[in-house]
Amino acid sequence: MSEKSVTVRNLTMSFKEVQAVKGISFEVSRGEVFGLVGPDGAGKTTTMRILAAILTPDSGEARILGFNSAADREKIHDRIAYMSQRFGLYQDLTVEENMEFYADMYGVKRSELKASMDKLLDWSSLAPFRKRPAGKLSGGMKQKLGLACALIHTPELLLLDEPTNGVDPVSRKEFWNLLYKLVDEGLTIIMTTAYLDEAERCHRLVFMDKGKITARGTPQEIVSLIPGGVLKFNSDNPFEESNKIAESTKAVSTVFGSQVHVMGSITEEDIQRSISRPLQITRTKGSVEDAFVYLSETNHA
Amino acid sequence: MLENKQEQPAVIIEHLTKKFGDFTAVDDISFTVNKGEIFGFLGANGAGKSTTIRMLCGILKPTSGRGIVGGVDISKTPEKVKAFIGYMSQKFSLYDDLTIEENLNFFAGIYGVRNRKEAVKKAIKSADLTGKEKKITGSLPVGWKQRLSLASAVMHGPSILFLDEPTSGVDPITRRKFWETIRKLAEDGTTVFVTTHYMMEAEYCDRLSIMRAGKVIAIGSPNKLKQNNKKDSLEDVFVSLVQKGVDQ
Repeated sequence: MSEKSVTVRNLTMSFKEVQAVKGISFEVSRGEVFGLVGPDGAGKTTTMRILAAILTPDSGEARILGFNSAADREKIHDRIAYMSQRFGLYQDLTVEENMEFYADMYGVKRSELKASMDKLLDWSSLAPFRKRPAGKLSGGMKQKLGLACALIHTPELLLLDEPTNGVDPVSRKEFWNLLYKLVDEGLTIIMTTAYLDEAERCHRLVFMDKGKITARGTPQEIVSLIPGGVLKFNSDNPFEESNKIAESTKAVSTVFGSQVHVMGSITEEDIQRSISRPLQITRTKGSVEDAFVYLSETNHA
Repeated sequence: MLENKQEQPAVIIEHLTKKFGDFTAVDDISFTVNKGEIFGFLGANGAGKSTTIRMLCGILKPTSGRGIVGGVDISKTPEKVKAFIGYMSQKFSLYDDLTIEENLNFFAGIYGVRNRKEAVKKAIKSADLTGKEKKITGSLPVGWKQRLSLASAVMHGPSILFLDEPTSGVDPITRRKFWETIRKLAEDGTTVFVTTHYMMEAEYCDRLSIMRAGKVIAIGSPNKLKQNNKKDSLEDVFVSLVQKGVDQ
């Protein structure tokens, strides 16, 4: 089998009059963590559902683990896991019972179930809670149980649709550590996220906007798409001053907490001219989030 | 800056405690929130944030301690709190099968807004949804729903606004526009009480408190918390403070 887990060619998909995905192509290698990033309505979830062989594309092809997403649905379903934000756990079933339920659904042999379950309980640190009802777990633990259930049939590809919404930073960090352990064992992961500090943790990313891919590369490559990097300064009125710069220059200006970030063809002097108070401006490479804002704003223009 | 304001604080909490049977969800917390302040309320899942907010909104009765919200004692007359607070959660509590205009009309009705027609018009304008009044809410992009939800939460001109993970799952540009709106509301005197799990968002707050196992373990401006804990990012501050408790 090829080393590509996923190959997508010229994929398109429409719903009534809306074209959600407009001819996208990308490849994902085995053992990669691949991120689909973009604003609401970019077509990320539609793409994920095609990859999960839930939706059939209008045209183009998606090959998942060597199978055609439209023709070989069942073979794909046997080999992948798809976890959406609303992963269904049975609140009144225990941790173990939830896992057994998913094992049965996926047709995991009873003889193999115990080993698989022990391994996942150990991996997720849920072993001490195996008899606890899912409804009585904390948010972070529920999320881990969701993931453990999704992995009960030892899939080769894991699709995660905004997996960490509403999860606190400590649980999120743990969640990522768990994902990396899986990747070390050869699992391929494709995920969507609206949080770009998370996108930084992916090996490679594609940015989607209005159904198209607008940028692709490693996080470093994406950041390097901001010409000249990011000029930053602190402000007590960040939104006001950021808007002032955006109106008086051609630069893209945005706010991070109490900091203004300015990108595009602009110098420190240009910024100083539009803001009538002494500024301490520093220049940095920027982050994936800066790049996202820069690319979205310049695409609109 | 805001610490020096002479006015009566919008929220005063003294030794506030809530027990459910043997379990102490909120354990003797005390702090004040100033008028016009954006106050971030952080903590791990299950730390006691929602229980605290429910008490401040007059939905849950405290076991002991005192809470004064907008001058009203939440133990004595919790029902009075509801008239001057607004509440928006990540679930948006909008009616998906109603149009934008119908949703706003509905909330104006519940809140007893006078001059309803005018208020709905104003809300549509403030949410930047002019020309879209007849669209069905269920089919709107998340960013629009979020603006509509906020507009419906502030229709009655509340002086204290509670936001429970308001931007969960929206993209960075939409999120930033949302915060610009929140900043404007605060400048006009609205006190904003917000919970979030995203430290990028916490950076927009004037002050933050971090809860762990029912107690407030840190409080201060984003910069002060970073300095006090000798960390470069709020994410690191949060993880170090909250994890410390887990390891013990």
